Amino acid sequence: MLGALATLLVYQLIGEVLVLALALPLPGPVVGMLLLFVSLWAKGAIPEKLRDTANGLLQHLSLLFVPAGVGVMVHFARLSGEWLPLVVAVLASTALAIAAAALTMRLLMRQGASREGEAR
Amino acid sequence: MSPRIADIWVYLAATPLLGLTITLLAYLGAYRIYERSGFTPLLNPVALAIIALVAALSATGTAYQTYFDGAQFVHFLLGPATVALAVPLYAQLRRMRQLLVPLAGALAAGSVTAIASAIGIAWLLGVSESSLLSLAPKSVTAPIAMGIAEKIGGVPSLTAVLVVATGVSGAVMAKYVLDALGIRDHGVRGFAVGIASHGIGTARAFQVSEQAGAFAGLGMGLNGVLTAILMPLMLALWRWL
Repeated sequence: MLGALATLLVYQLIGEVLVLALALPLPGPVVGMLLLFVSLWAKGAIPEKLRDTANGLLQHLSLLFVPAGVGVMVHFARLSGEWLPLVVAVLASTALAIAAAALTMRLLMRQGASREGEAR
Repeated sequence: MSPRIADIWVYLAATPLLGLTITLLAYLGAYRIYERSGFTPLLNPVALAIIALVAALSATGTAYQTYFDGAQFVHFLLGPATVALAVPLYAQLRRMRQLLVPLAGALAAGSVTAIASAIGIAWLLGVSESSLLSLAPKSVTAPIAMGIAEKIGGVPSLTAVLVVATGVSGAVMAKYVLDALGIRDHGVRGFAVGIASHGIGTARAFQVSEQAGAFAGLGMGLNGVLTAILMPLMLALWRWL
């Protein structure tokens, strides 16, 4: 587990350094994720310990957002005037984005499937 | 007796131990309630934990910064957890290669809809410009969204809050929206949730199935990149309109 955790941190560190050195418009951890993905691809398999550690960390991914969310208390003053429109915008926009992505994907999958059917 | 308690409080307030411990306890308690309810999306554990913590901090008059000194150790793990997303992503590689065109189309549609509808609705409802700019990147994971907000003139710490609100609302609503549209494929469901509501939506997707979780992780990662690129263009378009 310790080795796998070190692996994740090393990839994050490489990601952060690359972002700073090359002035990339992305956060370091995302670059680290892409690099680890490429490494796994090159290796052709996922080491068992890495899989276990990654799954353990991702199982409680939502816990990691709690500290940032508690930051809402710093913005109470601003939110007291605008909370309703902001809540409406967040809820409606999130539902619309889910629907747009899912409907587009289903449509394109069906088109792909029917094209494959014609080719046969 | 009471001075002793005050001394203990002063000591605890000065170490990171308290902030870290109450974060874990609040989340464990919230998760227990979520579990007992049969994982109903309405009792989202992130939302419950945040409400409990804000109430506790307000009741004791504790500043957010004091709390965050301890909670930052949890916050820090967002980095390695983002890197760890490569593992489920690689596990779904074969299926994703077969779905290249549907994934690209869904990503573009979801990303543009998330940005355009957030700006449009907030503008129609008369939200102030700095709040609107803080809201625009709400659908992508916290570190990316805060970076974008800073660049376009939003308030990064307000963006972090709106990002969490978006994640929670996606995790809560996704099941109902997708059921209403008759979408059953776990790959499609997960990908849509990841695009619209990043890590919190992805966490919810992982609780449903590994396939949904992996596709959600992919959607979250790709939308983070695409939103960073699209945002300046969409804002220019909005200003021109």
